[in-house]
Amino acid sequence: MDELKLYTYIAVFGSFALYFAIAWWARAGSTSDFYVAGGDITPLQNGMAIGADWMSAASFISMAGLIAFLGYGGSVFLMGWTGGYVLLAMLLAPYMRKHGKFTVPEFISDRYYSKTARIVAVICLIIASLTYIIGQMKGVGVAFSRFLEVDYGLGLGIGMAVVWVYAVLGGMKGITYTQIAQYCVLIFAYTIPAVFISLQLTGNPIPQLGLGSTLADGSGVYLLDKLDMVVTDLGFKEYTTDNMGGTLNMFAYTMSLMIGTAGLPHVIMRFFTVPSVQAARSSAGYALVFIALLYTVAPAVGAMARLNLMNTIEPAAGQNLEYEARPQWFKDWETTGLLKFEDKNGDGKITYVADAEKNEMVKVDRDIMVLANPAIANLPNWVIALVAAGGLAAALSTAAGLLLAISSSISHDLMKGVLTPNLSDKNELLAGRIVMTIAILISGYLGLHPPGFAAGTVALAFGLAASSIFPALMMGIFAKKMSGTAAVWGMCSGIGVTMLYVFQHKGIMFIPGTSFLGDMGPDWFFGISPNAFGAVGALVNFAVAFIVVRFTGPAPTHIQDMVDNFRSPYGKIEAAHDH
Amino acid sequence: MEGETTYWQENLRLIFISLVIWFVVSFGLGILLVEQLNEFRLGGYKLGFWFAQQGSIYTFVALVFWYSAKMNALDKKYKVEES
Repeated sequence: MDELKLYTYIAVFGSFALYFAIAWWARAGSTSDFYVAGGDITPLQNGMAIGADWMSAASFISMAGLIAFLGYGGSVFLMGWTGGYVLLAMLLAPYMRKHGKFTVPEFISDRYYSKTARIVAVICLIIASLTYIIGQMKGVGVAFSRFLEVDYGLGLGIGMAVVWVYAVLGGMKGITYTQIAQYCVLIFAYTIPAVFISLQLTGNPIPQLGLGSTLADGSGVYLLDKLDMVVTDLGFKEYTTDNMGGTLNMFAYTMSLMIGTAGLPHVIMRFFTVPSVQAARSSAGYALVFIALLYTVAPAVGAMARLNLMNTIEPAAGQNLEYEARPQWFKDWETTGLLKFEDKNGDGKITYVADAEKNEMVKVDRDIMVLANPAIANLPNWVIALVAAGGLAAALSTAAGLLLAISSSISHDLMKGVLTPNLSDKNELLAGRIVMTIAILISGYLGLHPPGFAAGTVALAFGLAASSIFPALMMGIFAKKMSGTAAVWGMCSGIGVTMLYVFQHKGIMFIPGTSFLGDMGPDWFFGISPNAFGAVGALVNFAVAFIVVRFTGPAPTHIQDMVDNFRSPYGKIEAAHDH
Repeated sequence: MEGETTYWQENLRLIFISLVIWFVVSFGLGILLVEQLNEFRLGGYKLGFWFAQQGSIYTFVALVFWYSAKMNALDKKYKVEES
């Protein structure tokens, strides 16, 4: 076994052993432990757990790669996935914590006194969470197969088993404490390579400052200017100004991601785990600090990886790398099929340009940038091993949070709330564990046989959260008179419009060729892409709800009193937290 | 209920101020005005680019803590802290 593999085994299985130990120490004894960790997690701990929960395989593995190739356009992810926490902290979290229930659908059902509203919310939640989990499971499989060279399916199986042990045993309590450990693993794994690379390129150890510094090669040229120059020379768009699909699209995309983030149930439910309204407010702040640590490093990782890649292939203008002399990481990724070279002009050298006719790097998968980055920069083997453990921590922690959201919505909202209201606490806990086991099996199966639409599902998850859940919650708190009927109408029209737009572009359930309204051309609605359409769906939701409430009358007074109650931290909490 | 209404109104005012700042740093400086701001520099960063990829995020963090501190003070002022 070579050195790299040995280090990787130590990092991966060492971190797994740590998660198991924590899970055993923090087993769940009651439904309150299982759903909301007994309601006594401190804001700092909760912030870290939210950070790990939030930063998925997509944040860890894909985001910097996307930024590397989108340049300035990649900013939508940076602003969108952090700005949502500002909305959460001010518009949703404190009031929902005060109301004090276990799940998001439960809040919606209380506020809108409607089982229909609860069921609509449960369905949105399950679709959004399941589509999200598929991505995590794929991430686990890829990390195992690339770094430990085990079979993709076996890697997936190991990942499922690990999540099962600590999520099913520990519930929210076990998950929260494990996520704190996972946060530490993933943030080290992300920043250490970034610090090394920033030092190599600019001499500045802080990546956020390195990105704005001059290169260490003595030329005195700023790193970003150099990158702009290198990419435009080869015909690519300028790195620092390339705006993805125009200003309006960037605006709508950022807005959709922000309100989608604030509306994702697995994030919101984390605010039910803290002991007070004040703690809910500061949790959001701590969470954002821990998230910002990674999100402000990501643009540096992206830009530096792009520059390193360009410099490896063409060290000086016109002196392209001989294909035979390509480095080891190039060969490794070629075997995975994520990197492909085709010698079009037959000169034995690698040409990488924007012009598709001449370009010989026919495939450079964006997802490999973070994982290949340490190898491209010739970093020591233990750093590469750490990245593998970090990627797994990111995928596992997010999967666990999503599984909990799914199991609580089924066992608590559907079974206890609608189907079998007199379920005992003990049986509900058992039901929660069984549902979670089934959810792990389903998501594992979907990870093994990813449905064709897996790639398009991000639009679906954020579209649903942005167009239905966020507006419903916000109106529930800020529009006291908003009635149940109006909210259901709003949610359904918001989802309807968004899904119509997404499916029109990508086919019904992402089956190509089933676009039903004929050819409209891509992004026909003012150039807004399907991924960015959640913001429009949310506007429709608000508009429809306010029109309907005008005609059907306001919510009853006892509901308006309830709203008054959760708007203020003072007074009775209706929760079952205190037992 | 007199006191409750004012507590809520003061809260709404704080939220409004925060959201204006939230909008200006991200959508304003990072997207709508990015070309004009890119004429200026912050080290090697073009200023608009910096707001989009760094500055907006730092501002978000500061905003959440500012709002949280202001609200804690407001809770005390109106004596609506949790029992």
